[in-house]
Amino acid sequence: MDLMRLTAVELGKKIKASEVSVMEATKACLDRIHALESEYNCFVTVDEEGALKQAEEIQKRIDAGELTGPLAGVPVAIKDNMCIEGMLTTCSSKILSNFVPTYTATAVQCLRDAGAVIIGKTNMDEFAMGSTTETSYYGITKNPWDTNRVPGGSSGGSAAAVAAEEVPYALGSDTGGSIRQPAGFCGVTGIKPTYGRVSRYGLIAYGSSLDQIGPLAKDVTDCATILDAICKHDDKDSTSYKDAADDFTSALVDDVKGMKIGIPRDYFAEGIDEDVKNSVLQAAKVLEARGAIVEEFDLGMVEYAIPAYYIIASAEASSNLERFDGVKYGYRTDKFTDLHNMYKKTRSEGFGPEVKRRIMLGSFVLSSGYYDAYYVKALKTKALIKKAFDDAFAKYDVILGPVAPTTALKVGESLSDPIKMYLGDIYTVSVNLAGLPGISLPCGYDKDGMPIGLQLLGQTFDEKSIIRAAYAYECTREYKRPAQLEERGL
Amino acid sequence: MSKTFETVIGLEVHVELATKTKIFCGCSTAFGGAPNTHTCPVCTGMPGSLPVLNKAVVEKAVAVGLATNCTITQNCKFDRKNYFYPDNPQNYQISQLYYPICRDGKVEIEVDGKKKFVRIHEIHMEEDAGKLVHDPYTDSSLVDYNRSGVPLIEIVSEPDMRSAEEVIAYLEKLRLIIQYLGASDCKLNEGSMRADVNLSVREVGTEKFGTRTEMKNLNSFKAIARAIENEKERQIDLIESGEEVVQETRRWDDTKEYSYAMRSKEDAQDYRYFPDPDLVPVVISDAWMEEIRARQPELRDEKRIRYKEEYDIPEYDIDILTNSKRLADIFEEAIALGAAPKKVSNWLMVETMRLMKEAGIDADDLSFSAAHLATIIKLVDTKVINGTVAKEVFEKVFAENIDPEKYVEEHGLKTVNDEGALTGVIEEIVAANPKSVEDYKSGKEKAIGFLVGQTMKAMKGKADPGEVNRILKEVLSR
Repeated sequence: MDLMRLTAVELGKKIKASEVSVMEATKACLDRIHALESEYNCFVTVDEEGALKQAEEIQKRIDAGELTGPLAGVPVAIKDNMCIEGMLTTCSSKILSNFVPTYTATAVQCLRDAGAVIIGKTNMDEFAMGSTTETSYYGITKNPWDTNRVPGGSSGGSAAAVAAEEVPYALGSDTGGSIRQPAGFCGVTGIKPTYGRVSRYGLIAYGSSLDQIGPLAKDVTDCATILDAICKHDDKDSTSYKDAADDFTSALVDDVKGMKIGIPRDYFAEGIDEDVKNSVLQAAKVLEARGAIVEEFDLGMVEYAIPAYYIIASAEASSNLERFDGVKYGYRTDKFTDLHNMYKKTRSEGFGPEVKRRIMLGSFVLSSGYYDAYYVKALKTKALIKKAFDDAFAKYDVILGPVAPTTALKVGESLSDPIKMYLGDIYTVSVNLAGLPGISLPCGYDKDGMPIGLQLLGQTFDEKSIIRAAYAYECTREYKRPAQLEERGL
Repeated sequence: MSKTFETVIGLEVHVELATKTKIFCGCSTAFGGAPNTHTCPVCTGMPGSLPVLNKAVVEKAVAVGLATNCTITQNCKFDRKNYFYPDNPQNYQISQLYYPICRDGKVEIEVDGKKKFVRIHEIHMEEDAGKLVHDPYTDSSLVDYNRSGVPLIEIVSEPDMRSAEEVIAYLEKLRLIIQYLGASDCKLNEGSMRADVNLSVREVGTEKFGTRTEMKNLNSFKAIARAIENEKERQIDLIESGEEVVQETRRWDDTKEYSYAMRSKEDAQDYRYFPDPDLVPVVISDAWMEEIRARQPELRDEKRIRYKEEYDIPEYDIDILTNSKRLADIFEEAIALGAAPKKVSNWLMVETMRLMKEAGIDADDLSFSAAHLATIIKLVDTKVINGTVAKEVFEKVFAENIDPEKYVEEHGLKTVNDEGALTGVIEEIVAANPKSVEDYKSGKEKAIGFLVGQTMKAMKGKADPGEVNRILKEVLSR
C-alpha cells in the first residue's frame, strides 16, 4: 500500500484505526519528498527533525484519546508565507531568507490543534506575486504533470507537492487566484474561502483586503475537512468573521437537484483555450444531468477586474512590504554609507523584479495627484464588481466557469511578458475583489494531457453550496494522478 | 511709517492617552521598562502581525471630543501614513486622515479678562513611534519599541490664536479638560503632551494669511512662549528686509533660544495615505456615545460655577483649586468627609501651596490623601490639637501621607485640657516673671503675650492658646 496515494482523510482514518502509525505516515511523506524534491522543488524548507518529533508526540496524544479528529497524525505542508514559530519563513524572497518568526499563524495553529504533522514550507512566487512560482528566490517549482511547465502560482509549491504526492494536503493563500489557479494547473482541488473565514494573523500580507488562506488537496472531501479545522473567529484579526466556524463537511452531499447554476457568457468570449472551454461546459452538462438547473447569463464588469485588482493589490503591497527594510530582521546589505543608502541597497538587493514592479505600481497609484484617479477609482470598481456578483447570486446558488483561460504554461513563457501573465488571472481576481468563496477542481485534460480546472463560486459565506456542487461533480469522476508519475513508476 | 504686524498661530497638539495597553496590541503602555520589553509582534512590525483596535482609545478620544464641543465621526476609519524611519517599525504609521474621529470643535479661552473661542479643526487617533538611542561605543543607533503603539490623539486647532498668551491659555485649557477626563496626565516635560506651533505674520488689516512655518521640539510652556516671540520677530525681520518667509518645519533649541530649518516644503514627503485594510471602520453607535457622555466628569468651568454657588470661598481660591484636577479632588473629598469648605480651602491655599513650593512639585504630584487632611481639620475643631501642632502634623502628612491620629497619639501631641494642671503651670510662670506681671498690671497689655508664650513653651506647645489666655487673665486678676 502506498500511503502517499491516499487522501488526507483516508490516511487519517487509517491512523485512527491504528492501521498506520503517525511515524509511518510521516516517514512515507519524508521519503517521498527526498525522492522527488530534486526534480520538482516544491519545498523551501523540509523540517525533517521537527516532523519526526511531532509524529511521536501526536501519536501519544492519539493513543491517549486526546486527538480524535480526521486530520490527526496526517502530514501537511504550509506555504512559506505563513509564520511558524522557530521555522524559517521566507515568502520565497531573499529579503526574508534568514527570517525565523517568534510566533505561529492562527491557521497553522488550528492545524496543529487538529493534530497535523507540519512537514515543511512550500515554494511560492516571491511574496505571492505571480502566477507561475517562477519569481521565487529559491528556484522554480516544476509541474508534476510536465516538468517543462509551471505549476501555476503563487501557491505553486503547495499544489505541486499535493499533485506529486509529496504531502497529502497543503495550505496555500489566494490573493488573486493563488490557490485556485495552481490547483487547476496541477490537477488538484483547492478552496479560496470567503474573505474573513480564515484568520490572516501570521500570514505575511501581500494585498491585505484580498488575501485569504485555504486548502489544497486531492479532493473536495479533504478540502471541506480542512476548512472545518482552520475556519474560526480570531480576535487577533480585525477582519475575521464572527461566525467563521462552520460544519463544511455536512455539505458533502451527492445531490444537486434543483440547485441553480449560472454560467457567465462573458467568461467564454475570447482568449479562452478551446479545450478549456469544452471541458468546463461539459462539466456544466454533467451537473445539469444530475438535476441542477443550469443557465447562461451576462455577469458584466469582467474586463475591469484585472486593472482594479492590480491597482488595489499593488497599492496595499507597496505599503505592506515597507517593513522589510534591513532594520529589524531579514536580509541587510553588507556595505552602506548611511540610513537611506542602507534602505535602498537592502531593498534593491533583497526584492526580485516582479515585487519591485508591484511596489512601484502601488506607490504610484497612491501618490498625491494620482490617488483619486487610480486607487479611489479602483475601489469604486471593486464595489461595482461585488454588486454584479450580488445580482447574479440573487438568481443562482453557484456560478460556474473556468479557473484560467489556458492550462499550465511552459516554464519561462510568461516571465518575459508580465501583461500576459496578469491577463491569465481574469477569472480569479474578481472573486477576491468581491470577497467570495471559490473552489477549483479538475474537470478534464487538454490535447497535451494537461489538467483543466473548473471553478465554482458562491455568495459570501456560502462555501457549502460550492462544496456540494463540487462534491456531486467529483462523484462522477475518478481522481487521476499525473501521467508522468504513472509512466515513471513513481 | 513702520507697519504693524499681527501673529497668526494654529497648534497641533499630541496627547498620549492614559490607557493600560497600546492602541493596536495588548502590550503595556507603562513608562520605563528595559528596552523592547513592552513589545510583541504587532508593535515591532513583525511580518504577518495584525493590528486590533483598543476600544479604550476610542472612548478617551470621544470623551475629549465631546468636552471640546466636537462633532463625533460615528463611522471613522484609520489610514496608513507611509514613511521610512527606523523608529516606525512598519514604515507606516496608523493614523487618521480621511475620517478623523472628531471634527469642528471649539474651546473658550480667557486672556486679560477677554474671552474668545479657539476652534478645533479635528482630533484624530494614531500610534506613537519607538525611540532611537545612539550607542557611542559601537557608533550605531539602536531602537527601543516600548513606546511604539502607545495611543495618541492629535488635536489640530484652526489658526485662531494671535499671541503667545492665547496659545498658553489654549494649551492650559486643553490640559485641564484632558486631565479632568482622566484621558492623559498631559505633562509637557515628559512628552505626554507635545505641541507644534504653526505661525505666520501678516500686516494688521489684511485678510490673507502669510506663509507659515511649523515649530517643533517645544517642551514647556515657557519654551513655547519664547519660540513664538522669536519666530514672530524672525518673520517680521524677513518681511521688512524685503525677503520672503519660506514654508518649512523648524526645530526650536530652547537653551540657545534659536530655531533652525529642518525641512522645507519642497522636501515634504508624499505620505501616500490610504485606508488601512487591516482595520475595519470604527462604528460609534448613538448608545455608545451616550454611554461615554454619561460618564463625562464635571469639567473645570462647571466646577468653578458650582464652587461659587455652594462654597463661600473667594473666586481667586476657586481658580487655584480648580486649576488642577488633583487639588480639586482633594478639596471635594475632604468636604465630603465633613470638613468645612473654607477650612479645607485654607489648608490647600496656604500650607499646601507653601510646601509644594518648598518641595518644587506640581499640584498633580500631590500624594497625600484628602481623608488625612479632613482628620487634621477635625482634630483642630475638636481641640484635640492646636493650630501650631496641626501644621507640624500636616507637614508629615504632606511628605509621607502618615495617619494623623496615630501620629498625634504616638508623639503625644494632644492638647492638655486639664484646667487644674494648666492653672498650676500658669501660676508658676506668673511667679517666675514678676517684671512682666507688673508691666501687664500697669496697663501694658502686650506683656500678656510673653506670658502666653512662656506657658506654651512650658507645655511643649500642647495647649490651647485661647485657653491659656483665659486662665492667665484669671490668675493675674486675683
